[in-house]
Formats: sequence, structure tokens, C-alpha cells
Amino acid sequence: MYALVDCNNFYVSCERVFNPNLQGQPVAILSNNDGCVISRSDEAKALKLPMGAPIFKWEAFCKAHNIAVLSSNYPLYGDMSNRVMSILRQFTPDVEVYSIDEAFLQFKGFQYYDFNDYGTQMRRRILKWTGIPTCVGMAPTKALSKVANKIARKFPNETNGVYVINSEAKRIKALKWLKIEDVWGIGYRLAKRLTAKGCKTAYDFTQLPDSWVFKNLSIKELRLKKDLEGIASIQLDEVTNKKAIATTRSFDYTYDNLDYIKERIATFAASCAEKLRKQQSSCYMILVTLSSDRHKKTAVQHRGSQTIHLACPTNSTLVISKEAVKAVTRIFRKGVKYKRAGVVVMGLVPNDNYQLQLFAHENPKHKPLMRAIDGLNNKYRDNKVKLGNQDLEQTWKMRQERLSPKYTTNINDIIKITC
Amino acid sequence: MLAKENSINLTFFLPDTSSSEGAVFFDSGISAGFPSPADDFKEERLSLDRELIKNKEATFFARVSGQSMIGAGLDDNDLLVIDRSLEPEDGKIAVCFLDGEFTVKRLSVTANGLWLLPENDRYSPIQITEENEFVIWGVVTNVIKKL
Repeated sequence: MYALVDCNNFYVSCERVFNPNLQGQPVAILSNNDGCVISRSDEAKALKLPMGAPIFKWEAFCKAHNIAVLSSNYPLYGDMSNRVMSILRQFTPDVEVYSIDEAFLQFKGFQYYDFNDYGTQMRRRILKWTGIPTCVGMAPTKALSKVANKIARKFPNETNGVYVINSEAKRIKALKWLKIEDVWGIGYRLAKRLTAKGCKTAYDFTQLPDSWVFKNLSIKELRLKKDLEGIASIQLDEVTNKKAIATTRSFDYTYDNLDYIKERIATFAASCAEKLRKQQSSCYMILVTLSSDRHKKTAVQHRGSQTIHLACPTNSTLVISKEAVKAVTRIFRKGVKYKRAGVVVMGLVPNDNYQLQLFAHENPKHKPLMRAIDGLNNKYRDNKVKLGNQDLEQTWKMRQERLSPKYTTNINDIIKITC
Repeated sequence: MLAKENSINLTFFLPDTSSSEGAVFFDSGISAGFPSPADDFKEERLSLDRELIKNKEATFFARVSGQSMIGAGLDDNDLLVIDRSLEPEDGKIAVCFLDGEFTVKRLSVTANGLWLLPENDRYSPIQITEENEFVIWGVVTNVIKKL
């Protein structure tokens, strides 16, 4: 048996724990740098504030409808997420943290359990201990547990936030209800292609012949199909490490100064390299992007990107940063005011398992150096050790004008209680 | 916590400053010589974390501001340890969210309803009615004060 536990409107829920005045109110949380809406309360969804809405365009709308708009507070969300995940580990040892607000659970040897009851206990404990509301979907396979979760979320009154698919009748009913574009792992383009073929629901998808799916799609979709049929084919933990890591940000202003942009790129590259090391991977490719402000129609527009292929995979900040800065110098055009840049590392391979090269090899000194830098930065926080091409004064130049306090991670920010 | 002559008996413990886990490493060295007689009796050093936080997933901290609970030992600027996993009961001190604000009071469950009791004569008890917006946020387990 598998379960998918999903926190409802997670970022909004975290804010509400420490500011209960936001309960029942429309709330929207902005992305890094206060760019666009990335989390909405049910009330804000009902007002039709779109996901991803750039806030400068929707400011007036939010004011008119009294929507509380907040900057994202990742230290808070991260801590609350860890609490939720460790509570889940009290229910089963097999937990796959799928994202900051979602986890798959596997139950081996629980056949005599009443899963509806067990799911309700999980939900209650998380709500009571952390204040975060969740939905629990349970089923014999991972993909079906995702479907069950959608039902629990969609019908809170009927399900009380917990839904178990434990019979063939329930499985078929659920799949007939679920539209093809909402099936986990079926992207926008594939959904369009399948719909054109007359495959409109998850159930229709399971009726396709295996051979057709394997031939025209891939083994991934075939596994998904088996999973939806109730034959467990997708394992827990299969998707642990990311396929690409990106650090992309808007600048606080627009810049036409190459030195400034080089510094930003070096910082983004350092952040990507650090994340690579954290998940014990290296990358074969680096993508660098740079673009002007597309909302300023009168300004000269330019956007460019470059992909660098590396001779051997690396996670060294020195290498990635050097290559990324070289690339951005090639993209940069004089006279253009740039607003946004990004570094993406791709072609990720695990550190302990990649193809060695005959003639190219990485500088062996980098590995211990990176270990030392990571160790120091871990100990002293705030990335105290940086490369010379990064600005030492500049920490994150992030716009966070509506940031809530770090209630759980900074002693000066804990809640004040009047009595 | 000043000990004046013999008026109060105080027992002192060594606080753990090394880490929150407080494990002690006894190294009796190489086998030459007499082994440390303490080796068989090693125990972990005391840790305030372990003492004050029984359930770390459900524990939060808050700062007190105000005078209404001085009788219970809650003074301005004290640090509260709050455990949300504990059941609120009659007589417990709890952090509540009442009509748009956090407050801390002693809970009193009586025949005529739920009351929030201050511990300072200059404040009056508050009865919780249907009209109030009211949530019990968590139960206070410890107060930490700076002297």
C-alpha cells in the first residue's frame, strides 16, 4: 500500500499558523524577489487570482479584493516541512520526500490495518502538532495514491481529507473521473496528443494496448499505465535526484554593466554547484541565460542563451563559475538593459558512477577544496566563503518587501504573546 | 536563582555547551597503565534541549510581553516553550489566539463554560463565548527567564 500526503496550499498554511488572522482570508505568496504568485489560499483561488500572476500587474486586483500578499519565507517553510516529514516517518519507515509539501509513503506489512483510520490519524497528528492541513490519498500503487489524493483534496466534505482506493470499483470510478491532463507524469503536450486520439480520462489511458504505449510513448508511460491498473510498477525513491538544477533570478533593477552581470552569474553558478555537491552529483552541461525586461516594451529587447558541454562531469564551483562567466560574456550585448539571468546545470550524473575520460580529467585539487568550502559555509552560514568573482558585500539581493518573520528559525523572530 | 545563605537548597548541574546531544567521550588511552575506573559508569551529560523539548516536531518558542501572568511566573520578555501535541486541560497554561491576537492564560473549564484566567489581581478573567474567535494554539510547558 502507498500513500501520498500533500500539504494544502503549503506556503499559505505555514503563514497562517503564526498569523491566524489570515485564516479564512484570501492570501497569496510571491516567488523569490517578489516576482509572481506561487501559492494561493482557496479563497484567493476562488477570486480567480491566477497562479504565476506577476504581482506588479495584479497589485490593484489584490488591493480591491483584500488579498493579503506576502513574500516567500523559505526558512519558515523549510522548517515546517521538516516537521511534517518527520511526523510522517512515525507512521512508516518508508518515506520519500517528493517535494517541500508532498511525500510518498509505503506500507509494507500493514495488511491488517484500517487505512482510512491510519490516514486520518496521520492527518490529525500533523494538523495538531504543526497546524498544517493535509490531504491523504492511499492506494495499492504510487500513481493511484496520487489519484486518491486528488479526490481527497477535491471533496473535503465527503472524504474528510482522506481517500483510500481499495477496490476495483473505486479504482475504475476514480480513473473515469480523472482527466488525462491531470494524471501524474503526463505533461501538457502528451495530454494534448492523447486527447486528440480520443483518450480523455485516466481510464481511457489504461485501456490503450501496452504495445502501443511502449512503441509510441516510452517505458515510463508504460509503467505509469501499469501503476494505474493497480500493478505496482513505480518504486518508492525512483525519482530522488533532480535531472537539472537551476538558479534563475530577476535583478532588483536593470543592468547594462557587464561586470555586474558577471558577478551575478558567478553567484548563480556557485549556488548550482553547491546544490550539485549536496546531492552528490556532477553535471555535463551548463546553460546560461540572460534577458532584458520584456515588460518594458520601449527598451531594446535581447535574450540569449548558451549551452556549454564539459569534457568531464564536474561539481566544482571553480569550473562551473568560470565556464558560466565565459558564456555570459558571449551573450552580452552592449546597450541592452538586462533584467534577468540564470544558470542551469544539466546532464547530471551521480558522483560515484560516471564515464571516465581517457584524455580529460578534472583537477584533483578541486574536490578537497570544495569540501573545505562547503564545510566552512555550513558552519558559519550565509556563504562566508566565496570565489573572488562574487561580490563579498552582496548576500542575496532579493526583494522581500512583505516578508513575515522567521518564526521558527530565528530567536529574534519568534511570536510575541501579549498577556 | 541566587542562593542566599541556607534559605534555598540549590542543586547545580553542569550545562552542556558542546552540542545539543551532549555525548561525552571518555578516552582511557592505550592499554598501558591502569584503565580509567570511570569507564564503566559513563553517562551522557545533561542537555537542556532534551530536558525542555519532549517533542521537537511540535515544539515552538514565543516571547512574553505583558503583566497579566506574573503570578504564574511569566514576566515580560520571558521565553515560553510551547508543545502543541499536548492536550489542553483545565488548569494548564496555554497560548491562545483570541479575537485577532495571541495571548497566554491559565485555562479553566467550569460548569458555566471555558475561562481564561490571568494571574494578576489587576486583570479580570475572560469568558470565552460563541462570539469570540478562539483557538487554543498550544500548551506552555516551560518558562525560560534571563536573570
